[in-house]
Parts: sequence; structure tokens; C-alpha cells
Amino acid sequence: MNKKWISVLVIAAALIYLALPLAATLMYSIAKEWSHTVLPVSYTLEWYKQLFTDARFLSAVGRTLTVSGIALAASVSTMTVSVFVVYMYLPKLERYLQALTMIPFAVPGVVAAVGLIKVYSSGPIVLSGTIWILVGAYYVLVIPYMYQGIRNSLRTIDARRLMEAAEILGASKIKAFLQVIVPNIMNGILISALLSFSILIGEFVMANFLVGGSYETIQIYLMRRLNENGHVSSAIVIAYFVIVLILSGMMLKLGARFQKNEHNKENAA
Amino acid sequence: MNRKITLFAIAALLPFALLVVGFLMLPLIAMIHDSFLAADGRSYTLEQYLTALTRPYYSKGIVNSLKISLYSSVIGIAIAFVVSYAMTRMPKKIQSFMVTFSNLTSNFSGVPLAFAFIILLGNSGLFTLMFKGWGWNITETFNLYSWSGLVFVYVYFQVPLAILLLYPAYSGIHKQWRESAALLGASNLQFWLRIGIPVLLPSLVGTFSILIANAMGAYATAYALVGSNYNLMTIRIGSLIAGDVVTQPQLGSAMAVILGLMMVGAMWINERLMRRFRRDLQ
Repeated sequence: MNKKWISVLVIAAALIYLALPLAATLMYSIAKEWSHTVLPVSYTLEWYKQLFTDARFLSAVGRTLTVSGIALAASVSTMTVSVFVVYMYLPKLERYLQALTMIPFAVPGVVAAVGLIKVYSSGPIVLSGTIWILVGAYYVLVIPYMYQGIRNSLRTIDARRLMEAAEILGASKIKAFLQVIVPNIMNGILISALLSFSILIGEFVMANFLVGGSYETIQIYLMRRLNENGHVSSAIVIAYFVIVLILSGMMLKLGARFQKNEHNKENAA
Repeated sequence: MNRKITLFAIAALLPFALLVVGFLMLPLIAMIHDSFLAADGRSYTLEQYLTALTRPYYSKGIVNSLKISLYSSVIGIAIAFVVSYAMTRMPKKIQSFMVTFSNLTSNFSGVPLAFAFIILLGNSGLFTLMFKGWGWNITETFNLYSWSGLVFVYVYFQVPLAILLLYPAYSGIHKQWRESAALLGASNLQFWLRIGIPVLLPSLVGTFSILIANAMGAYATAYALVGSNYNLMTIRIGSLIAGDVVTQPQLGSAMAVILGLMMVGAMWINERLMRRFRRDLQ
């Protein structure tokens, strides 16, 4: 293994390349004066203060949390049950369900928006401009991630045998599902939900087309402030990224716990 | 008993099915249906597809989208190919750090990414000013708000995704193969040409097709950087369905169907290759 330094060099270059835009944004968000020098002249937290006292930003955060929260709650409650029922009792349908969950992957935001606007701007149900059209769009957007997560957790805990055991011990199907299966796959569900959440808070396209004018989410707020004040905009980007970082950290932690549980079970067996 | 289970299953699947039909199936069907309508919204016609594919204003957008996807995917996958290989030669700790880091930066796209590049390379960006200070005016050769700038930014969001997709494939190349090849007198180059790259090929093509799809569908990054000025397929669709001047939903639908078909094509190639790849491993 000679020439290892080349690999080290490549990794270092990749790290710098990937970190540079983020680092520059961070610097810009704490720079007081930075227009003609390589590094800022002086630093300040003024931009963050401005941002976090801006009612418009806080309500944008609130809106993003509201709409993704509703979509995720709907996703967790309906998809856990559906994926479980198909896995346990309708294994023949599994192929179709899997194919179905791949569709949102192949439909870019712009394309999805075209259809949604068409269906809900006139006709029997008018949802255009309300948050419900965005909730629906977000529900569909995260289907692939939620499906994968739930499906994999069911497989790793061997849900079939767990259900059998619970039912032999006298639990009804619903009781067995709620008290045995759900707690066992909770970590898996949470990980998928966190991943989905980090996708939703970064979503711009559908929010812009479906409710943009009347419902300002974080990304829309960012887009609108881009040309006003660069420093505040970078503070938004950093705030957004810190949230993503926290979410990723939680996912890793939960994932490790999930794997450790698996490991313990294997050892015990 | 059996009927009870069937009823139970239907009840359990109903909410999911309703939401999928309401927000995925119906909109897609409506869009496809719309794309075959004339501008008056009544008679059926292929006119919209004809316009999308032949009127230079729109066909140029399709070509531009294909071009930017191709360029950014080729460059992105080349970088990821080298970086993932370098990763496999690092200690485990650094490998998993790089995976986490790529995962994090793969979230960096859309509006925030466009903004970060404006800070770096925009008209009064950090590097623009720094190079100017050194007597090199990069704005003469490079303009962030043009074709080259767009490719540059697209490459950035392709790289972490490509690393995440490609890196696991290297585990398919066993250390013993290298040793055996070396024992049999193969040079490093020969090993890669005859064994390494052929083994990686399905993953490379699969990753490539996902990158293409990823770039084809991108909207926010380009929109935040150049607004509706630049002629890309997604930008054209956007202004056709929610433009400032006149909307043409039927033409927008036809463009969206064409884009959707391209995405499905890319996904299909990926599906096929992944399946072949897995069979090869077994």
C-alpha cells in the first residue's frame, strides 16, 4: 500500500470542495464587514439576532413545521398500517406496492405540481392555495423513504414470528400490532420520519407552485430575501443546516440503537 | 374468517390508498390527459407534443436540460469514482465520516446551494474578489449566472450523491482478487481494466442514470440562480403552468409528460442494471 498519500490528498481535496460553500456561507453569516478582503474585517452576531427577532421568519418556520408535521403524521399512521398489512396478509401485493412507492422518485417536483394544480384548482374539490394541497404533495413525496424504512424494520424484527407468538399468547391482531410490532419498529419508523423531515424542510418547488403566494415556508422566505440582505440570507441557510445536522445526528443515534438492539437479540438467541 | 381478514385489510389500506390516488395517481392521469388537449381545452390533439419537440424555444430547453444533466453527471461521477476509491484505502473511521459528510452535503441543494455559490463566485463573490486582487478577473471567462456557472453548481450537488451510491459498490471488489491478480503477474492497470472496472460497471451505469434523473428534474437551484431567464426544461414547465404572462397548462403538461418519461427511462435503466449487478454477485 504505497502511494497512500495520493488517497489522503484526494480525500482532503474532496472535503474542502464539499465544505467550502458551507464554510463561506457560515463566514458570511457572522461577518460584519466583508466586501474587499479575503477574510471578513470584523465579526458580529447581529444577523442572527435580526433573523430570530423577525416575526416573518419565525412564522415561516412555524408554517414549515405545521405542513411537514401534518404530512409526516399522516404518513406514519397510514403507511405503518398499510405496509404491515401487505407484508403480513397480502404478500402477493407487495411487488405492486413496491412499484407504487417508486413512482414519486421518478416524478420531479415541477411535474408533480403540474398535475396537482390541474386537479385541485377547479372541479369538485378546490384545494389550491390552501395548505392541504401541499400536505398531500408532501405525503406523496416522502412515500419512498417511509416505505423503505418501515419495510426494512419489519423484515429485521421478523414480524411474522412476533405476531404468531403474540397471538398464541392470546393477543388480538390489533393488540399484537400496537403493543408488539409498533414498539419494535418504532426506531425504524422514527429514522425514516427524520429523513423525510429533512427532505421536507428543504423542499422549495412544490411549496412555491402550490401555495407560494399565500403560505411562506422557510425555503420560500429564503428565496424572497436573497436579494435583500446577503448576511441575513446566509444566517437562514446556516440555521436550516444546523437543523439538518441535528436531524442527521438523531438518525445516527437511533440507527445505532436499533442495530444494537438487533445485535443483543442475536446474541441472546 | 377469511372474509374478516379481507375486510380488515381493506379498512387498513383505505386511507393510504385514498391519499395515493388523490395526490399521486389522479394528478398524473389528469396531467397526461391534459397534454393531449388543444389550447381551448376541448378537442384532442397531438399539437402540444409537436410544439414541445419542434418549436426551438421549447426544444432548446429539452436539449439544454439533457446537456447539463450529461455534463454534470459525467464530471460528478468521475470525481465520485476517484474519491470513493480513495475512501476505501482509508481507515474505517474516516470512511464512515466521509459517508456521513456526503450524506449531510447531499442535503445542500436548491435555493441554499445557489446562494452559497453566489457568495463564492457571484459578481462580488469571495473568490471573484480574491482573484481580482491577484490581478485575474475571472468574470471575463467565467460567469456564475450562465451555462458554465450552472454546470459548476450542478456538479456540486451531484458529487455527494454519486459518492453515496458508488462507494458501497467498491466492497464488491474483494482484496483477494487483487492479490490473486498480482500473483498471476497482472499490473495495477491491468487489474482495473480487466477486473475492477467490469465489476463496477453496472453500479457506475446505475449511479449515472440516477444522476441524470437528478439533474433533469432539478428546478430550485437553477431558478434561484438565474430566475426564469435560462432555458431549461423544468424552468419552461414552471413558467408554462404558473408564469407571469400567459399560462399554457396543456403545453406545460406535455412538457411535463416528456420529462416524466425521460425520468422513467433513466430509472428503468438503473433497475435493470442493479438487478444484473446483484445476480453477478450471487
